[in-house]
Amino acid sequence: MNRFLIPLGVFIVLVVFLGIGLGLKPREVPSPLIDKPAPAFTLTRLDDPNLSVRAEDMRGQVWILNVWASWCVACLDEHPLLVEFSRQGLVPLYGLNYKDKPDDARAWLARHGNPYDVSVVDGDGRVGIDYGVYGVPETFVIDKQGVIRYKHIGPVTPEVLDGTIVPLIQRLQS
Amino acid sequence: MMRSIALLLWMLVMTGTVVQAAEAPPAAGDPLVEQRLKALSHELRCLVCQNQSLADSNADLAVDLRNQVREQIVAGKSDAEIRAWLTARYGDFVLYRPPLKATTVLLWAGPVLLLIAALAGLFLTLRRRRRDAVAPALSEVERAHAEALLSTGSDPESR
Repeated sequence: MNRFLIPLGVFIVLVVFLGIGLGLKPREVPSPLIDKPAPAFTLTRLDDPNLSVRAEDMRGQVWILNVWASWCVACLDEHPLLVEFSRQGLVPLYGLNYKDKPDDARAWLARHGNPYDVSVVDGDGRVGIDYGVYGVPETFVIDKQGVIRYKHIGPVTPEVLDGTIVPLIQRLQS
Repeated sequence: MMRSIALLLWMLVMTGTVVQAAEAPPAAGDPLVEQRLKALSHELRCLVCQNQSLADSNADLAVDLRNQVREQIVAGKSDAEIRAWLTARYGDFVLYRPPLKATTVLLWAGPVLLLIAALAGLFLTLRRRRRDAVAPALSEVERAHAEALLSTGSDPESR
């Protein structure tokens, strides 16, 4: 009896591990920055290079930082959703224009619509690295104390926006 | 046989050169810095192409990260400081040699545990086999049959 039970047991364990493995998303690396202060930056604005924005300026309000670029194909997937979200005016939506040419970026916004209150230029991608960006688009929710509370890697979907991001914002604002 | 082995060796050598050729070219600079960068970046994982090291990857982000690591080496940071700088941003995932933590205990102890389990299994199986290998006692009928066989030199029942 043991003769069959032991291999069967081993087989079942392997199948369970394989099943768990199939459900994992290896491309989504958990960020160590969750619940840590958002890294400081001082960057110029995309619409006016003479003006700059600092991360500290956003203290006291919940805000979203969305990393985007005109060369990023997946950014187009989430773009209509962001445009619609920004119309609700729930929180300030800031764009981090990552490793892009400012002219291309401005043309892209003119063509597809601009959901961002402000976009800042991260031309060499240094601020992106500080935020642990490795796949554009990425979206961060930052609370009133300037702490990163949530990070989404890849295009934001309606499920993520309505199911996670909006409830989180409402909780952080109250 | 010798020829096929030689051919196989030659093919292995050739694949080696191809892989080498695909490696990202290091920027010219202080050879000591480049050497440290190379050693360090071979132990760091590229996040874009996750099965490549930072040294092997040509992804944009890998190039940027190598440049930043180079800057930090030039600035006199130690390897441990640079690793800490990277893990603060990207987590332990970037380390091909993850640190020993509560979450990685199974990863580190797993092979040893598997080895112990396998050795225990082997030991138990061998012991059972030795026990089973002891000649089974013969019944009365079998003994008589065996004796008849031995004394006559042929099987009395087959006659």
